[in-house]
Amino acid sequence: MAMTDDMAAPVISEATPRDFFNLLKPRVMSLVVFTAFVGLYVAPGSISPAIAAIAILAIAIGAGASGALNMWYDADIDAVMGRTALRPIPAGRVAPREALAFGVILSGFSVVMLGLLVNWLSAGLLAFTIFFYAIIYTMWLKRLTPQNIVIGGAAGAFPPVIGWAAVTNSLALEPLVLFLIIFLWTPPHFWALALFKAADYGRAGVPMMPNVAGNRSTQRQILVYSVLLAASGMLPFALGYNGPVYGLAAAALGLVFIRNAWAVETMGPEDKAMAPAKKLFGYSIFYLFALFAVLLAERVVIDLV
Amino acid sequence: MVRPEDQIELTPAQKRARRLRNVALALVLAAFVVIVYVGTWAKLGANILNRPL
Repeated sequence: MAMTDDMAAPVISEATPRDFFNLLKPRVMSLVVFTAFVGLYVAPGSISPAIAAIAILAIAIGAGASGALNMWYDADIDAVMGRTALRPIPAGRVAPREALAFGVILSGFSVVMLGLLVNWLSAGLLAFTIFFYAIIYTMWLKRLTPQNIVIGGAAGAFPPVIGWAAVTNSLALEPLVLFLIIFLWTPPHFWALALFKAADYGRAGVPMMPNVAGNRSTQRQILVYSVLLAASGMLPFALGYNGPVYGLAAAALGLVFIRNAWAVETMGPEDKAMAPAKKLFGYSIFYLFALFAVLLAERVVIDLV
Repeated sequence: MVRPEDQIELTPAQKRARRLRNVALALVLAAFVVIVYVGTWAKLGANILNRPL
């Protein structure tokens, strides 16, 4: 349950703008902005630069708002986990209901602005993404099932689809391929983290895969998803959306991903430091940025030539 | 009527935080106005003038 007001925050707020900015999960937002921009750029048709910028801003604010709602609801979990104990609510700098109001208001503004100034398909998709992340993932799945981040990963996979819909006011196979890549990326990314943070998650009572099914099963599932991810990374090339430069880069990035996942798979139970899991977690972030960067760069070059 | 003994003086940290929040809110509001203005022009263009007078 969310923290009650009397547990945190002084009566007179000392919250600075930075605390509110941190409620938006800026690091997650940077990935959202980037992938949404890629979806927007590769979409056929034209969009004025001003409308494109507004679309990206609205998607970023909407994603940030869902982050604030997540931090409001999960303040009890965040307080007992080392990684998140310094977030604004558990640290006592922002009162829970301030974060709730912040998240609800920004959700409303981002969806309405996207609808009024861009189109209502992308606005509807953004609203669904916020709903899916804040309600389906945060309030329901996260504390219920070890498949939490598998299903919840859909929320993080939506931004390129929203970017595409902002331009075309329609959907197609291509943005769904981008969706699939991020969707398959989420489990190995989070489970690598969950392996070396299992004690934290256990203390918070979050049923992550290592805590429920054990490390062995998690390591095997990471490897399976990594192979699926590397294969899905080849789809933009296989389906002809991108050329050989992307194809080669995706193959190389995917093979390194699988090699890192294999190193995780072969970790024994005596390995408490779990260096391979930490390495995979770090590499997974690089992988997604690099894959989308190459995908974008090749399209930019093709468009310019 | 607020009795003097019920009044409190904000600490410097509280005053500073309030001031920073006020400035940030003003900037966000100004940015919002610009976004609506620019967005309206970009979306409607010359059609902005196309209305019954």
